[in-house]
Amino acid sequence: MPNEDNLFVKIRNYIFLVIGLLAIGIAIGVELMINPPESPPFDLLPILLRGLAVTIELTLLGAALALVVAIVAGVARASGNIIVRTIVGFYVEVFRGTSILVQLFWIFFVLPLPPFNLSLTPLQAGVLALGLNVGAYGAEVVRGAIGAIPRGQIEASIALNMPPGMMMRRVIIPQAMVRILPPFGNLLIELLKATSLVSLITLSDVTFQGLALRQSVGRTTEVFLLILVIYFLLAYPLTLGVRWLERQRQWAT
Amino acid sequence: MSEQFFDWEYAIGFMPTLLEGLWVTIQVTVVAFILAAILGLLMALGRRSDNPWIAQPIGAIVEFIRSTPLLVQLFIFFYVLPRYGLRMPAFIVGTIALGLHYGTYTSEIYRAGIDAIDRGQWEAARALNFSPVRTWVGIVLPQAIPPMIPALGNYLVAMFKESAQLSAITVVELTLTARTIGTQSFRFLEPFTMAGVLYFLISYPSSLVVQRLEKRYAGK
Repeated sequence: MPNEDNLFVKIRNYIFLVIGLLAIGIAIGVELMINPPESPPFDLLPILLRGLAVTIELTLLGAALALVVAIVAGVARASGNIIVRTIVGFYVEVFRGTSILVQLFWIFFVLPLPPFNLSLTPLQAGVLALGLNVGAYGAEVVRGAIGAIPRGQIEASIALNMPPGMMMRRVIIPQAMVRILPPFGNLLIELLKATSLVSLITLSDVTFQGLALRQSVGRTTEVFLLILVIYFLLAYPLTLGVRWLERQRQWAT
Repeated sequence: MSEQFFDWEYAIGFMPTLLEGLWVTIQVTVVAFILAAILGLLMALGRRSDNPWIAQPIGAIVEFIRSTPLLVQLFIFFYVLPRYGLRMPAFIVGTIALGLHYGTYTSEIYRAGIDAIDRGQWEAARALNFSPVRTWVGIVLPQAIPPMIPALGNYLVAMFKESAQLSAITVVELTLTARTIGTQSFRFLEPFTMAGVLYFLISYPSSLVVQRLEKRYAGK
């Protein structure tokens, strides 16, 4: 196996990704030469970048909701009384047990009609579906991290007469955090990729702009290859961040 | 149109159609999973190759596929490839894209499983002068694969749910069937709820089975 500290190996890793991106660039160039567009080739990018703003907004809002939901549901599932635990458990299993696309459609198509009459904008529906879905997965991470704290730690805090709030702040959260952060990073990547689904409920994210451009100007190849590159440039730094966190964790434990 | 909260008569009426959609979803999932299991193994073996000119490009491709959404990959397979003469039915295109996408995930499982095999096993195989093929087929994979089964099972369940995205490229599976039923009658509550119930009825028991398997292998 190659040595991880070998600088050459590290650089070579990224060189092939750069070569891949260049290959996509060349493919777009060749496509432009074979089928020269009527309008200049750079008119695609502003439209896609407008979609990018929506994708980023959706990712941030969805992640914020997912974070809150994950912590509340995870803590409620780890402790609390049996009624709370059952209700939260039902929520977690339903959202983990069904398809996120069906959840999105349910929120977008069912809620505005009677008997709910709850009209949501596509952005609200998207944030709600992404936040609740990823939040359910996050809740399991939080529950697992709390459960992994040795009982002795909690018993010691009680023996030291720590109030529950202080025990959370000083004992449980710092230790749980180390276990929580890498999987949360992975969930953030999954959430970013799942934002593409909102294009199916008419929210104008990057993917939606691509579908619209395909219909209007028909430059399918360039459009979708550019979209792939945009998502990759968003997600890959997150992947590298998660790996860095995982290495830190090996130090911590 | 009925005024009641949940129109059971309507729901029972469209159930046969919905179950047909579920059958398509199951077919897609099973075929795509077999594809993902094979592609994942090939990707994992490729990444382990001693030749960096094989290992590194495969690694880059795996990272790229993992870092981009399945939906966009589906659109590329469905809209872009036909422009270059690769015209295939949506069902096949969707299954290949789903299998390829999850192949990058299963490859990570294979990689971890193979890395977990003790060095001594490799050394023993070399000492006995086993060929590389015999080392892999006779020694490494039989030990590496059983502990991977729960993790692979998790991805089977995930693929079952994510196959809903194939509705975007007109594969008439469970989600698209539900949507079509809803559009025809303008009542979305029943079809989408029943579609969710069907997804849940299959994926929840399956994930319980996977959990049991996980416990069994963890107990060893």
